Amino acid sequence: MTTEELIDLLPYQDPFLFVDEIDVISENAVTGSYTFKEDAFFYEGHFKNNPITPGVILTECMAQIGLVCLGIYLLADELNSSKQPQIALTANQMDFYLPVLPGEKVTVVSEKVVFRFNKLKCKVKMLNSKGGLVARGLISGMLKV
Amino acid sequence: MTKDDLIAKLKIIVAPYVQDEAAFKTLSEDTDFVSDLKINSANLVDIILDIEDEFDIRLENEDMEQMLDVKSAMAIVTAKLNG
Repeated sequence: MTTEELIDLLPYQDPFLFVDEIDVISENAVTGSYTFKEDAFFYEGHFKNNPITPGVILTECMAQIGLVCLGIYLLADELNSSKQPQIALTANQMDFYLPVLPGEKVTVVSEKVVFRFNKLKCKVKMLNSKGGLVARGLISGMLKV
Repeated sequence: MTKDDLIAKLKIIVAPYVQDEAAFKTLSEDTDFVSDLKINSANLVDIILDIEDEFDIRLENEDMEQMLDVKSAMAIVTAKLNG
């Protein structure tokens, strides 16, 4: 499976797709990136006259790249266009360090902690274009074909 | 290990994942993880992984499917420990 095919298999679309590229992916880890659009819908309200990417959106971006892309890669043999995985976020614990402004590109690096009995748990971090740590934490979800 | 010892160990393992504290206080062999303790499917997996570590056993998909209440968890752990 190519990384383009993998992104096509994601169950998201604009304005809630937060994956541009997958750089490296293996059974145990994934690295990908996303550039936040200057005109993304949430900047109008978060915050008033002071657009900053909401933490929930950063977490969503980390979950889409770090958990869902890796999960689809792990389940690739069982998937096809008519067989989509069922996905549910089940837990996340996240610490935030730096703000992300409109137009910024972020890189998400995720390492698999465990994938058993349909539960995928990953250690995920997000870096900005200067390599600064934006956020890090643990995200878990259930993935079932 | 006696039955009481086993229940006591399981109680420690499930404690962090329980949503229904009242049901947890009266936990018995007949307590169901999902309908009584209101544990979600992801935490059920955590319980399985914690049971593996605590008892140094390996559980498979079919064990997971059966392990829905305290009684079946005790039966599966006992069988693995004796097997």
